[in-house]
Amino acid sequence: MHELYMIVSGPMMWATCVVFSGGVIYQLGRLLRLLLRKERSLLSYMSLRYSLRSIAHWIIPFGTLNMRRNPLITLVSFSFHICLLIVPVFLTAHVVLWEEAWNISWSCLPGPVADGITLVVPAACIFFAWRRLRRPEVRFVSDPADFMFLVLVALPFLSGFYCCRHWPGYEVVMIVHIVSGQALLVSLPFTRLAHMILVWFTRSYMGSEFGAVRHARDY
Amino acid sequence: MDALAENKVRIPSMAGSSAKLQAVDAGIETGLKGLTPAKITEVISRVLSAETGARLMAYFSACTHCGLCSEACHFYLSMDGDPAWSPMGKVKQTLWEMVKKKGRVSPAFIQRAARIAYTECNLCRRCSLYCPIGIDVAYLLSVVRRICHALGVIPLYLQDTVNSHSATFNQMWVKADEWVDTLQWQEEDARDEIPGLRIPLEKEGAEIMYSVIAPEPKFQAGLLYKAAVIMNTAGVDWTMPARPGWDNSDMAMYSGDFEIMGRLKRLYFETAVRLRVKKIVMCECGHAFRSIYDTGNRWLGWRMPPIETQHAIDFYHELLEKGRIRIAKKFQPLVTLHDPCNMVRGFGLHERARDVVKALCENFVEMTPNREYNYCCTAGGGVINCGPPYKQTRMLGARVKALQMQTAGAKIVIAPCHNCHSGLEDINQHYRLGLHIRYLADILYEVMEKPGAKELSEQEAA
Repeated sequence: MHELYMIVSGPMMWATCVVFSGGVIYQLGRLLRLLLRKERSLLSYMSLRYSLRSIAHWIIPFGTLNMRRNPLITLVSFSFHICLLIVPVFLTAHVVLWEEAWNISWSCLPGPVADGITLVVPAACIFFAWRRLRRPEVRFVSDPADFMFLVLVALPFLSGFYCCRHWPGYEVVMIVHIVSGQALLVSLPFTRLAHMILVWFTRSYMGSEFGAVRHARDY
Repeated sequence: MDALAENKVRIPSMAGSSAKLQAVDAGIETGLKGLTPAKITEVISRVLSAETGARLMAYFSACTHCGLCSEACHFYLSMDGDPAWSPMGKVKQTLWEMVKKKGRVSPAFIQRAARIAYTECNLCRRCSLYCPIGIDVAYLLSVVRRICHALGVIPLYLQDTVNSHSATFNQMWVKADEWVDTLQWQEEDARDEIPGLRIPLEKEGAEIMYSVIAPEPKFQAGLLYKAAVIMNTAGVDWTMPARPGWDNSDMAMYSGDFEIMGRLKRLYFETAVRLRVKKIVMCECGHAFRSIYDTGNRWLGWRMPPIETQHAIDFYHELLEKGRIRIAKKFQPLVTLHDPCNMVRGFGLHERARDVVKALCENFVEMTPNREYNYCCTAGGGVINCGPPYKQTRMLGARVKALQMQTAGAKIVIAPCHNCHSGLEDINQHYRLGLHIRYLADILYEVMEKPGAKELSEQEAA
């Protein structure tokens, strides 16, 4: 078990970092290449002011009409995304790993808070899955991969929670935790989870067109 | 759905019947006969690889299939939340599959894709305000139209309009002599009211070229009369072209025939340059503004229109603000305002439109939602131009618009756009709303001071 742990937390972690960052660079490069080769004129419409206006409205909870119309989805989506980013970075167990490996550290989340917000992510995934199945307009545009992504996102958080408690068999679950986290990172640039990278560009473009050209709101 | 639920007035849903709406369209049927699987794949691949790029890649990679665009769409709302009518639902049934299957789709698929892209989406961009990612669904459905155009599968009526553009440089087969005759006829009539009034043709070096769309000379000549009265009263140094290039409408933009669109806009801008005018003022038309300000200019390589172009709403605003037109007595009946997509989500003229309406009318009430969030008239984007085979679908898709107008409570709806005007009139008749749809020019003409104008009795005597 220890050997397996060493493999997944050693070489496999390095491989994950390489694929993840390579993937992000590849996707950004592909986007830039397509932009320069085929749609260079779009660059002339980009406006920093209106890009930021659009991003600001969409990054602030209830900053847009559609968010105000759907308060439950707004609450769940924002909680989900915030926890998704905070937990892996500020969890004590993760900060300790950084400290041991690179001798760098930063403040951690208090235990009970960390426990609570860890569970927000899988809970939100269950909500998203329920919404996908229940709402006809969401089900219509869903495919099996959409459900798979929810499992993929929830798994590292659920398994991490399990390991933290040292519940029976946590050593095995730890392997699941690490591998599922790696799978999430590796798939991110190559699937529609890439919206994490691309949304900044699509929002900026929509914001620029609406703000600088069409003199109207896009939120 | 909320909008419908909140409304006290009920207009029965007929969404259940939507599945039965299978229009027979000779243009589409004929186009389908020439299709082979190989041709479909070749055309789709060609359009996707040659004409799309970063935008399409980013939109398809980033869409999280959340469905949050759905409630932006008046078709979706009017069809009781049938997901096949939601913005991304329409993309899923068209471009999504084309991309996923690398163009290997059947003629039956193309038939359905053409119907969806041309007649079930007004390219109104309301869903752009609802998508958290910032996906431009109207753009994606424009790509589908472009593919259908390249395959020759286009609604007959729409294609006929494009043929007219191609042959005559105007939308409605108006012959060269008919155009000049109509202007002179309107000038003559208007001189009965305002002696000395002119519609100056081909006046080089005038400050303004006034341009209209072909429906005006074809069947709404009274609008030319009113424009002439407004221009003469305001003392504007203006002219109209006597040769082709006078019509700035553009159905080629909506059929996906961007080559024709480019020809039209080139002649249009060149006409303004030929007349050496300082700016173009255009009539109350939304899609024509989109064509010269957003789409046609870009196709020709102009980041912005090469010559200043002003929409009628903005022009009237300027005339009123500068006191070049004065109001004799404000219009009294209660009015409401329909915000045309292309003038609001396309150019942000919503506040100016309100300023003009309030300057002309004593009693104004908003319809809800309004400004950028207004519902489309269900006629725009070339949908009304697809003709009678699709009218029933258009009326079913307009239920939410009918409710919105009805609950506003005003009997007079001002719609400063030709397409909206025709579309709202259809809705008015179909749902028996008892409304009157008016242009701003109708009301402006009615309430403005006309110094030097003859009284009606004098005109009749003359």
